Amino acid sequence: MKILVTIKQVVSLDEDFELRDDGRDVEADFHVFDLNEWDHYALEEAMRLKEAAGGDIEVVVATIGPDSADEELRKCLAKGADRAVRIWSDDLEESDPIAIARVLAALARKETPDMIFTGVQASDHAYGATGMALAGLLDWPHAAVVAGLDYAPGAQTATARRELEGGAYATVKLQCPAVLTLQLGINTPRYASLRGIKQAASRPIETVTPDALGLAAGQIGAAGSLSRVRRVYVPSVGRATMLEGTPAEQAARLANLIKEFRGEAK
Amino acid sequence: MSGILLVVEHRQGQLRPVSLEVIGAAVAAKEASGEAITVTVLAAQPDAYVDALKLAGVDEIVTVQTAHDAFDPDTYEAVTRALIDARAPSLVLLPHTIDTLGYAAPLAAKGNYGFTTDAFGLARDGDAWLATRSGYGQKVNMEIEFPDKATVVVTLRPGSFKAPEDVATPTVSTFAAPAVTLRSTHIEFEEPAASSAVDIPGAEFILSIGRGIGEETHVEQFKELADAVGAALGCSRPIADSGWLPKAHQVGQSGKTAAACKLYIAMGISGSVQHMAGMKHVDNIIAVNTDPEASIFTIARYGIVGDIFEIGEELRTHF
Repeated sequence: MKILVTIKQVVSLDEDFELRDDGRDVEADFHVFDLNEWDHYALEEAMRLKEAAGGDIEVVVATIGPDSADEELRKCLAKGADRAVRIWSDDLEESDPIAIARVLAALARKETPDMIFTGVQASDHAYGATGMALAGLLDWPHAAVVAGLDYAPGAQTATARRELEGGAYATVKLQCPAVLTLQLGINTPRYASLRGIKQAASRPIETVTPDALGLAAGQIGAAGSLSRVRRVYVPSVGRATMLEGTPAEQAARLANLIKEFRGEAK
Repeated sequence: MSGILLVVEHRQGQLRPVSLEVIGAAVAAKEASGEAITVTVLAAQPDAYVDALKLAGVDEIVTVQTAHDAFDPDTYEAVTRALIDARAPSLVLLPHTIDTLGYAAPLAAKGNYGFTTDAFGLARDGDAWLATRSGYGQKVNMEIEFPDKATVVVTLRPGSFKAPEDVATPTVSTFAAPAVTLRSTHIEFEEPAASSAVDIPGAEFILSIGRGIGEETHVEQFKELADAVGAALGCSRPIADSGWLPKAHQVGQSGKTAAACKLYIAMGISGSVQHMAGMKHVDNIIAVNTDPEASIFTIARYGIVGDIFEIGEELRTHF
């Protein structure tokens, strides 16, 4: 029994970041890396299933990215993932979410997991596409934005509680194996223990090339993508009128605004 | 390839308003391209929705009868693909919603169509479509192109386009749904839990707290602050997810919309797209945040860069 959890090393930007000369991305010097917030929940859900099953489940985390992504895989190993796989070659540059999903699908065909968990979206570009594209390419049953899961490892079906807009939910029963994108709040992710972090530092990360997964050049990178970034720019956005001064002065002005709103202002 | 194809969304017998916004986006795209608009509705009884879709600019309404009324990703994907095959549209527009998150990407990946998501801008460049979306936590805009793609599927951010107001008389036709082997079954809907303690949609004044409060033990002081100033207490997603406040307090896409709100004070909330979906329409937004770069300041009327605890304490002395 195996659960594959796909993760992403997400990027936030340093203050005063600059654009690349070709205008199609932000200069990499200004990237700050982290593990995608959603992925903590996806991994946690897999770990809970593993622990509930007495350990007879292998949890494999996988990502697509250069060396720097090892750091995020190690965070997952530190929390108890059994194996970590990183797929990369320079040919994967310029991949959009669908091209990424093609690579993940090739890995999934090789790993033959019983379930695949991904995050609903990534905190940087928020496409919300990779996990479900992966399901489509594998032609597996799928459900998006799962906020509750009832699944016994090895079972033919799972019951997923999908979070809808406006505080509503829809419960669906779906066939397994399945691909689920998991939503924030489905569980409370654990922190890695110091011991886990220490051990993870020396554990191997399997590195795989797209070639080794049998992917042809036309399937990966820009050629395997359904979109291309033409240009990135900093939008002109609104800016609040800032209330300056000491905290006491700021609060006094805020108090006045509230009183004005309540019709009590002098 | 020509034509703009839309698939609208409904839930529990109600057309979702975002569907009409997508029609608005399609009308603008039609003005830019001259291509006709086909609006599709899938339902057990699709005719029920036809009148609401007869909006100015729509050329044709296609009804597709499905076995089940509730959303199913396999059904929506199969029907949309069959329509693309039959109509060869250059553009397929869908709302960026929880339901389309379930089928738009598989549709595009299997069909090899151009594809992007959560776009808030759409433009025509010669014969090609261009979409604009956010990147890096809304710090930049990304202009997306679709080289060599005859059909492009784009999901559109709710709240970005205006629904047409005028009505029209488009033709109405039916389309037979292809046979689909369902791999999932809808079991039930759950309505949001009612709360007598807070009425976010009805509140005129909301003081809302976010991740910036740090610890659960800090909730109480903001509850007292909200009471003191006469505001309903709202929160962002992490606070509700942690169980620090009931879900009924949550403002945003998956929570409540601050529909009647006139004054919204956001304390320690950075301003994600999902949170803003529930409150960005409010006329008077005041944000208090230690991070001067927080997105919330781009929609707030007034901002205070400062510590929410300090500001909160000082504010108490005035009430």
